[in-house]
Amino acid sequence: MAETRSGPALPFAPLATLVAACVLAVAPHAQWLAAWVSLGAAALLAWRVVVTVRRGILPPRWTLVLLTLGTVAGVFLSYRTIMGRDPGVTLLVMLLFLKLLETRAARDVFVVAFLVYFVALANFFYTQSIPMAALTLLTVTAATTALVGFSAPQRRLADDLSTAGRLLVQASPMMLLLFFLFPRVQGPLWGLPQDAYTGVAGLSDTMSPGTISALSLSDAIAFRVKFEGAPPPRGQLYWRGPVLTDFDGRTWRVSLPQLRRAMSIEAFGTPIDYEVTLEPHNRNWMFALEMPTRLPPNARLTSEYLPISLSPIRSRIRYEVRSTPQFVMRSGAEPGDLSAALRIPGVVNPRARTLAAEWRASLSDDVAIVRRAIDFFRGSRFEYTLEPPLLGRDSVDEFLFDTKQGFCEHFASSFVFLMRAAGVPARVVTGYQGGDTNPVDGYMVVRQADAHAWAEVWLADSGWTRVDPTAAAIPVRVELGITAAAPAGAPLLMRSGLDWLKRARNEWDALTNQWNQWVLGYNPERQLEMLSRLGMKQPSWETMTMTLFWSVGGVLLLVALWLLRGVRPEDAVLRAWLRFCNKLERMGLKRSASEGPLDYARRVSARLPAREAMVHAIAALYVELRYGPAADAASIARLKQLVRDFRP
Amino acid sequence: MKFDRVLQYSQAYNFYQWVSRRRGPEPGVVYLTQRRVYILPTRPGLIFGVALILMLIGSINYNLSLGYVLTFLLAGVGVVSILHTFRNLVHLYVSGGRASPAFAGDPAHFQIVFENRRDFPRHSLELACGRATARCDVPAQRHSTVELALKTEKRGWLPLPRVTLDTRFPLGLVRAWSYVQPELSALVYPRPDAALLPAPESDSDAGDAVSTGTGTDDFAGLRSYSTSDSPRHVAWKASARSETLLTKVFAARASSELWFDWARLPAAMGVEARLSRLTRWVLLAEERGLRYGLKLPDKSVPLGEGFPHRERCLRELALYHG
Repeated sequence: MAETRSGPALPFAPLATLVAACVLAVAPHAQWLAAWVSLGAAALLAWRVVVTVRRGILPPRWTLVLLTLGTVAGVFLSYRTIMGRDPGVTLLVMLLFLKLLETRAARDVFVVAFLVYFVALANFFYTQSIPMAALTLLTVTAATTALVGFSAPQRRLADDLSTAGRLLVQASPMMLLLFFLFPRVQGPLWGLPQDAYTGVAGLSDTMSPGTISALSLSDAIAFRVKFEGAPPPRGQLYWRGPVLTDFDGRTWRVSLPQLRRAMSIEAFGTPIDYEVTLEPHNRNWMFALEMPTRLPPNARLTSEYLPISLSPIRSRIRYEVRSTPQFVMRSGAEPGDLSAALRIPGVVNPRARTLAAEWRASLSDDVAIVRRAIDFFRGSRFEYTLEPPLLGRDSVDEFLFDTKQGFCEHFASSFVFLMRAAGVPARVVTGYQGGDTNPVDGYMVVRQADAHAWAEVWLADSGWTRVDPTAAAIPVRVELGITAAAPAGAPLLMRSGLDWLKRARNEWDALTNQWNQWVLGYNPERQLEMLSRLGMKQPSWETMTMTLFWSVGGVLLLVALWLLRGVRPEDAVLRAWLRFCNKLERMGLKRSASEGPLDYARRVSARLPAREAMVHAIAALYVELRYGPAADAASIARLKQLVRDFRP
Repeated sequence: MKFDRVLQYSQAYNFYQWVSRRRGPEPGVVYLTQRRVYILPTRPGLIFGVALILMLIGSINYNLSLGYVLTFLLAGVGVVSILHTFRNLVHLYVSGGRASPAFAGDPAHFQIVFENRRDFPRHSLELACGRATARCDVPAQRHSTVELALKTEKRGWLPLPRVTLDTRFPLGLVRAWSYVQPELSALVYPRPDAALLPAPESDSDAGDAVSTGTGTDDFAGLRSYSTSDSPRHVAWKASARSETLLTKVFAARASSELWFDWARLPAAMGVEARLSRLTRWVLLAEERGLRYGLKLPDKSVPLGEGFPHRERCLRELALYHG
């Protein structure tokens, strides 16, 4: 019944291609969406395949309405809302398969193909990597092939594919022009849904035992750095992140960042200029080498010397920074700050307090106490491990005197506790330490695994001074990096020994970096930069639009000439003949519509005996060129010449 | 005059002439120049445009660089497909083929011949003329013939009306179309009614009684074939055995000659009713293998038989002007 209502069944090969396109578009979503969505989509797909293969009947409308309502209910139960990014994508995916189950006529085919394009676009919410781009190209090719197939049902699939491929190839110059010249606007245009930026890794604004070691398992890239000159030695590569002052006995927290206070940095030594490409981490802080002296225009320095952006970093950004390796930090040391940097919770860690009290009693000044503490860390046999034993309430005591196994957060936390107990203002600084230079493109790559925590103490002479207790206890961590310090725990690809793997990863990283810089990071600023470098004076959206208009027009003209090529010679012959007929028509010798060229020539020469030879020559040549085998250029030129010289 | 010649080059003017049906039929081969191929987006094409705008807004809002790439690639595909659709129709040679005659009320078949001189095939060309539609492909450097079955109503010449030729290949997002009207006419015979053959007039010509009505003719034997014999009466099986063509001779056939006379029909019958009746008789007589003649007020067709004779009688009936 369904068949009779909708006319002939859809051709099989294009339908199969369309189904393949749907699968290609939806497959990556399986990782991001709820399990029931994948199962439901697979069930609907199986239904459609069975109907098509067995030539069965598609479900009636009321079934589809029920299924659609069920989907909306499922989305609401899963997400508690139907607005937002993930619910939206879920609905789109289910809608695609429901529509596929309803696809009977050519009209439906277009809807399915357009939905495939939307779902392919939705993949980019989650990742825009090179493999995803390749998969999307495949998806678009399949959907386009299906559309070609439906518009010419009798063709072979291979021909449809070649037509679709030709369309895509001919479209690509226009795509490139539009991509580079279309005036870019920095999004978002309106508020984004709450869940738009979930699931990005990075440092957090708290630190408790296990926070940073968990991060160290990830080889995700935190940021990339391109130095103008040679990169500084590894021991100086402290990338400053959030500064943690408040301690409750277990967890360290940031105090509220303050922007408006006067800052002072005394910097010495050769400045280092570099460019950072920061991956989005949904926080405000921007990373820079200690100590940044020139910040990018949209960044501010907090009183804790942390560069922050005014809005959370939600897309990959690029900025230029200048840092100076030798510096003195004197800001953030008002009485309130210093008392906050001395506060420790009342009753915990008695043994550490006793040790600190001993140091205070026996040593004359703060500098000596700090030195003593460093010696303590260096002298005790601490072990650096990503899997430290669990600690109880007196976590500092247990770590310092019993287990002696820990990660950088244990070292930093214990050191700062000791300092505060001894009356030396101190705080924890988190960030990244180290970074590997990719020999392929020269970019330094800093990964989440390079996350680190160290300490700062306030000394009257030198201000806030960095002390890295991890470096004191385990020098290899800072000198050679995390992989050397804790080889068993580091991410697989970061371990040494797998040289070919490392080389392959370097190549891939460099490629990804180029992709990030030029494709994904092509934003309004980079567009202006590139256009000015190409010689456009004062690029604005008006000039860009004009350039776009003319260049796209030019490209289309070239494509059109290419597509319509080869029509010229035949046209020229016909035009010459028509010109000849026009000349005679003015003499009153109009060619009648049914008259062949040779008959016409006979009639004309009867009326114009003086021109007989000429008329016959032209008619004969015309007939030969038009109806004979392939016309050569010389003969066409001769015909044109004869017609031009002809005077009736 | 000169102004008219300038106007001929204007696409809009050409289009206006076609739509207002000022253009008459064109003899010979029509070459579809670029000026006479029109192109506009289809409904899916417009929806595609809206979808692209939504995708662009989404890409801007979420800062999706690859979203821009995808949107612009699809926009490029859409624009390039306009050129492909245009190319699929333009520079084609169209001419009229044969137009087969039909009885009024039956469809008349008009052949339209396409010639593709280019080195790429043309796909899914759709022809529409009134309610009649047809579809064809023209391979590279080949001819293709397609038939349009047009409904007929009145007897006489039926000229082929304006034919709309359109294509949506390759994506269906745009439609290119052109109007052609090859000079081609089909002859429409009067519609036969359901009468039986009349009894022969014994006084008009010598002859024996002829069976009327439904009775079958008696088979009388075989004789050698002569060129005026209807192929229907050739005894194919017997001929195959005897090496010469043999014709079946029917008892009734040899002795029957019929005149179908306009004037002898009942006076109450109108012109068209008379023509219908005469048409019916011609068909029946030819089917039976009789010799028959036709007498119209202004014309008569002498006695004869066979297919050309039938055609001649029917033609006179179709073109009769009372």
